[in-house]
Amino acid sequence: MLAAIGVSSVQEIFERQIPEGVRLGRELDLPQGLSEQEVFAHLSQLAARNVSAEDELSFLGAGMYDHYVPALIDMLMERSEFLTPYTPYQPEISQGGLQVMFEYQTAISELTGLPVSNASTYEGPSAVAAAAYLAKLHNSKRRLVISAGLHPHTIETLRTLAHGYGMEVVLVALTTCSAGAAPGSTGGVTDPDAWAGAIDDDTSAAIFAQPNFYGAVEDAAALSAAAKDAGEPVVIAQVDPITLGILQPPGACGVDVAVGEGQPLGNRLDFGGPSFGFFAAREEYLRRMPGRIAGETVDVDGRRGFVLTLQTREQHIRREKATSNICTAQALNALAGVVYLAWLGRRGIVELGELLLSRTHYAREQLAALAGVEKLHEQSVVREFALRLDADVAAVRGRCLAQGVNPGVDVQALSGRDEDRGVLLVAITERRSRADIDRLAEVLGAAVASERQAVPA
Amino acid sequence: MSAIDENHLHADPGIDGHHPHHPATAAAAGPMQRERARTIFQKGSPGRRAFVCPPLDVPMPDAEELLPKRFRREQPPRLPEVSEPEIVRHYVGISKRNFDLDSGFYPLGSCTMKHNPRLHERAAALPGHARLHPLQDPERAQGALELMFNLQGALAEISGLPHVSLQPSAGSHGELAGVLLTRAYHEDRGETRHKVLTPDTAHGTNPATVTMAGLEVVKLATNPDGGIDLDDLRAKADSDVACLMLTNPNTLGLFDPNIEEIAAIVHGVGATLYYDGANLNAVMGLSRPGDMGFDIVHFNLHKSFTQPHGGGGPGSGPIAVSERIAPFLPRPVVARDGDGSFALDFDREPGSKSIGRLRGFHGNYGCFVRSYAYICSLGADGLKDASEVAVLNANYLLARLREKGVAEHLPLAYGELCMHEFVLSGGPMKRALKIKTLDLAKRLLDFGFHPPTVYFPLLVDEALMIEPTETETKETLDAFADAIAQILAEAAADPEIALGAPYSTPVRRLDEVAAAKRPVIRQALD
Repeated sequence: MLAAIGVSSVQEIFERQIPEGVRLGRELDLPQGLSEQEVFAHLSQLAARNVSAEDELSFLGAGMYDHYVPALIDMLMERSEFLTPYTPYQPEISQGGLQVMFEYQTAISELTGLPVSNASTYEGPSAVAAAAYLAKLHNSKRRLVISAGLHPHTIETLRTLAHGYGMEVVLVALTTCSAGAAPGSTGGVTDPDAWAGAIDDDTSAAIFAQPNFYGAVEDAAALSAAAKDAGEPVVIAQVDPITLGILQPPGACGVDVAVGEGQPLGNRLDFGGPSFGFFAAREEYLRRMPGRIAGETVDVDGRRGFVLTLQTREQHIRREKATSNICTAQALNALAGVVYLAWLGRRGIVELGELLLSRTHYAREQLAALAGVEKLHEQSVVREFALRLDADVAAVRGRCLAQGVNPGVDVQALSGRDEDRGVLLVAITERRSRADIDRLAEVLGAAVASERQAVPA
Repeated sequence: MSAIDENHLHADPGIDGHHPHHPATAAAAGPMQRERARTIFQKGSPGRRAFVCPPLDVPMPDAEELLPKRFRREQPPRLPEVSEPEIVRHYVGISKRNFDLDSGFYPLGSCTMKHNPRLHERAAALPGHARLHPLQDPERAQGALELMFNLQGALAEISGLPHVSLQPSAGSHGELAGVLLTRAYHEDRGETRHKVLTPDTAHGTNPATVTMAGLEVVKLATNPDGGIDLDDLRAKADSDVACLMLTNPNTLGLFDPNIEEIAAIVHGVGATLYYDGANLNAVMGLSRPGDMGFDIVHFNLHKSFTQPHGGGGPGSGPIAVSERIAPFLPRPVVARDGDGSFALDFDREPGSKSIGRLRGFHGNYGCFVRSYAYICSLGADGLKDASEVAVLNANYLLARLREKGVAEHLPLAYGELCMHEFVLSGGPMKRALKIKTLDLAKRLLDFGFHPPTVYFPLLVDEALMIEPTETETKETLDAFADAIAQILAEAAADPEIALGAPYSTPVRRLDEVAAAKRPVIRQALD
């Protein structure tokens, strides 16, 4: 090989190209390589030092959920034909991946009730930020009015990127959840008056979460209508896709762009990623959508086929005038998403939603009946709900963890906000049975009681 | 066996004596070509299903109490109604309509299509990694945090930049982080700078990122040797420049010999230097962006560090930065406490200069597991070997393509030697043989190869950008070179063959114009 190249050594190739001043000239300060079995042993040891959802009774949620992932997804995701190709730039030999994208777009469009979907974005919060950028491109206005019911990570991500976009973020509070509020009280959702009041002629987008971060089902139709009465914002909803078998789809609620975290649809927890973000919109936003979109066409012999389409939106064609910089997204995770939706099917997504609704309701009632525990709000909940504890949440959690039960997320530790002190967010997936919920009630009740005794109010 | 009866996406041609289709004999469609694409939504039957719901084991309260009717969906989403065997057969079937790296040579320039070891999939699937919740208490996720800490350290050492954030989700997300970091750095110094310099050879993500970060792109010219035009740089480098974004080696596969002077000019006007790590596979253990003077670098774990590409993701785009940029890094990062335990450092103190979050949670951890496994497997010497062989392979393939019969049609656009990739120009081929780069690429499909990146970089006429990577054998490189020579010879005799290619793929050339003109982007349902 060297003779063909016309050099005497590999080093010569480098010496003739890299100036001496920037050659490393020493070995990297890293350990020496290991055999396959040594690497596997090391990675196994690291895994063993994590407490996964396999090792405890976990009610953690707040953005990612321990749903059951069917075995056929593992098999399909590990197929070389899906795992190892690049983005389908050569459609003649990429029909598999392109058809998966087309099917995925169809499934997301059906789920959200919106006519157009892209082929995936990175994940939930950055998908919301991408939707805000679409709004900026659409109307060139400067303000983002956002509900405090968005996930704290979404709010932080929006603030980071809005600074880059040159946009201002205006936060709209939730209605107050007074202690011991009566059933049917209005607390815990986006304050409709403050929402409408914050939206003006310079508002580019109005953004809320459905259900919101504290588990409450928002009146999405009312929020969309109020936003459009107050100005001309692009109405964006961050939606939990697993709820869309039973909740009104965003497209039927006046929402213009629906985005969200796709992990609940057949993706693993993976300590937070990779998963996928979905992005669906009304037709008028199609040519400003970020990311890949697969479209149907025919080949020279008239056969049906699929291609990447509307590429003049994209960075590799339009460069600084592109509608987004996104290139590699989450194709393999989106494959898991569409396979999961096919596996659930038309009836299954409703049945699963009903099961989650019933068990979550049951869990909330059981836990709220404990001394020192109350509901944070009285709104409907689907798969997650917030409680307020009359005790230190970290200490209570510590007691539960010692019993092998992870009771949920300490919201203040996540958000850093004072008003979240005492709030525990509990997620119920189909993997948590009634017996599991009863066990949680027992352990949480004892932990709260012990803490209240230890620290008299 | 007649090749005509097979759709051989998955042959390893040239090695096993496979011969490509000739159009004269390709009139009879292969089995896959006879199959009309039907989506999962067009299969199944009402009531058919795969999912069995766990039993309802709690009391069923009043429906209205659970969820008021006005919030309830009236019609279920029209998802498929299919059985599990149908789902499996459907997706296994369409998977076979993909070409993939495990089946053949994939010399896509700037994409680093290197082998993806299956060990990494096995390790990432361990429940301790795969079923670990991102909000698990740090003291109960010590293995994951240690892995992230070690990966941060390894990337810092490889790049020569000490501070690392693993958060960005892909290369372009890392670029966005980098430009926002640059902005924050200047703003912290009380300066508002508007311009970002990018060479005309830059990846499209660079200028697109600059716009998203609210800054303005200023293009830099390329000199006749393929590097940055220093006079143009000096003319444009002023106090309104925030940053120069550079890929080195660049997209022509050339290491810029003036990199030290470029860094001096950029730093001289107070701007930062950003390294697009797409081409890091050329220099691991050999030269480090930090030592070249770069302030910020992003890595593509899905390129240099073997995260499988997945047909377009997932990727992961960690960034490493110099001391002066470190205070602005996205949070959290993983830190090691005095007692040796690992923690997430959110830097929530008043006065924090962090630009904030770019996404939820901690980044694409599943990709970290795979790339960390790769770094552990290779070690210091192995990473250097990987880059050396990547560069050796590229130069060998280049040498093979500079032989008579090829070089006169596909000359090297710039330089003499190359780093890990190189760019040929199909301009002379187009003029002499009447076939374009696109036709050559499509004809390569009949030979069972994935074509190189085509029509990029933009400044090369009819560009072909070829990156073989270190994991290919000499036999494969020879087979590819032979195929190129054969296609050119064939075109000299009859250009129509390439103009009509491909013949053997599940579909032939597709009408992309029609697809864009009247977009059909979802399955119509009744």
